[in-house]
Amino acid sequence: MNIVVCIKRVPETADADVSIGKSGKDIDKSGLAFDLNEWDSYAIEEAILLKEKLGGMVTVLSIGGEDSNESLRKCLAMGADDAVRLTDPAFDGSDGFVTAKILSEAIKKIPYDLILTGTQAEDDGYGQVGVVLAQLLGIPHAALVNRLELQDKKVKVHRELEGGLEEVFEIDLPAVLTIQTGINEPRYVSIMGIRKVAKKEIKTLGVSALNLKAEEVGLSGSNIQLEKIFLPPVGEGAEMLEGKPEEIASKVFDILKDKGGLA
Amino acid sequence: MKEIIVVAEHRRGELRDVTWEMISKGRQLAEGIGAEVGVALLGKGVTQIAEALKPKAHRVLLVEDDYLEAYNSETYEKVLTQLMTERKPLLTLIGHTAMGMDFAPGLAAHLKMPLATDCIGIDAAGETFSLTRQLYGGKINATVSFLKKGPYMVTVRSGAFPPIEKGALPGEVVSVPSSLTDEGLARRFLQYVEAAVGEVDITQADILVSIGRGIKEADNIPLVKEFADAIGGTLSCSRPVVDKKWLPKDRQVGTSGKTVKPKVYIAIGISGAFQHVAGMKGAGTVIAINKDPKAPIFSVATYGIVADLFKIVPVLKEKVKALKKS
Repeated sequence: MNIVVCIKRVPETADADVSIGKSGKDIDKSGLAFDLNEWDSYAIEEAILLKEKLGGMVTVLSIGGEDSNESLRKCLAMGADDAVRLTDPAFDGSDGFVTAKILSEAIKKIPYDLILTGTQAEDDGYGQVGVVLAQLLGIPHAALVNRLELQDKKVKVHRELEGGLEEVFEIDLPAVLTIQTGINEPRYVSIMGIRKVAKKEIKTLGVSALNLKAEEVGLSGSNIQLEKIFLPPVGEGAEMLEGKPEEIASKVFDILKDKGGLA
Repeated sequence: MKEIIVVAEHRRGELRDVTWEMISKGRQLAEGIGAEVGVALLGKGVTQIAEALKPKAHRVLLVEDDYLEAYNSETYEKVLTQLMTERKPLLTLIGHTAMGMDFAPGLAAHLKMPLATDCIGIDAAGETFSLTRQLYGGKINATVSFLKKGPYMVTVRSGAFPPIEKGALPGEVVSVPSSLTDEGLARRFLQYVEAAVGEVDITQADILVSIGRGIKEADNIPLVKEFADAIGGTLSCSRPVVDKKWLPKDRQVGTSGKTVKPKVYIAIGISGAFQHVAGMKGAGTVIAINKDPKAPIFSVATYGIVADLFKIVPVLKEKVKALKKS
């Protein structure tokens, strides 16, 4: 079972104070920590679990500059066998469609039975790359997979629907599955683990090695472009309770008593 | 006549709300640019749904086929490819839902149509459209434009466009023949699996105390549980807590979990991503505690407290205990 996993390095913004950068087209990333996209951490874990059970190779791919080696090495430390970084100045400004196109050209060079991606990325949240990738490779897919079971030349997948419902499909291999968070428990990677793979070669491929033309990728190949970013309108917003913790607690008690929040 | 096509989303005989939201938005856009709204309805035995949709659109494009009994991206792609190649709509709207996320990107790529996903704003701009979408889990909004010519496809976030009551239209149901044959599909629907029934039904609770990513460790949960016990509340959570297996799935509030309407909802360490908000916006009073003053949860909360939960929750617990006695 040869598995390809597509990953992305993203800034961690869940707990961070996010502000708009000078360009007006992206956030100010200085001072932010970066990590493997959360959805992708479940995708790589799932690939490694399958490899441990069935053998084969896990190859991890990422589009990005040298910084992305950090996330690729994390995947190697988790148990991936090979890492390839797709990088070229021409890739700048690529939208979800072009991202899938670049990945598809790289994947055509690798033997695979299964391709896993995260369902979406924490930063731009397009949620489309995996599904477009399947289309470009001409193979079946399923999005939002929260359980999978490999059978002979087939995979049985559960798709997470709204309200806790799941939908079960049987899909012929090779296939692309976009993985939902919670499908497994991604393993912890120690600093020692990262050190062990620090010397491992990470191959890089650019536009020409991928048989792509510069005008097909980046902004010129893209269907959409980001014009500007802004802070979401707050609307009416909450009445903020301020003061010392003791004072806030008294106010909360009064609100709870008043609104039926004490039983 | 220019046409905006809305792909109806339904599951097990029920039309999903996002369909009405898209029709409403589609009609608003259509009025501005002199277009009509057609609703593509794919299924088996869905004439009743077609009748319900009829007065809301200029036409219902009904594709009935045994092969369309359950949703499958492959059958949807085949049918919609044919439909859209014939009708060449100016714009196609699809829900950014578990269903739409599964077929829209492939369909757009197959038809070489520019696609913008998960949009919360759509404005006509001449022959094209300007979109609003969110980045970084809803902390940032972005204006996005199409670089290529249409027809365009947009997937729409659930709840982003509240349905507006508009006058009835003399809609018609147009039966469109299906092109599906019994040739094998590479992907086959097997069954639905219901959510497991848990010990606690959070949808019945009057008071919910909900924790999110901010709780940081499973070991910190008792801290909030004690506060919940002190006020007689039930513990619930947002998705990251379930993903980490710290609380069971039946405690999850949000799109993929439960929709709750308690009298009081206390969100602790929850940033307020739209998937969570969709499950709790019906609550009577919402109190949010978060250390990030820009957390989206504060825009839906009634009361907000900017604080470190590990400092404020113990004080809240003691205060409630003391004041309840007095």
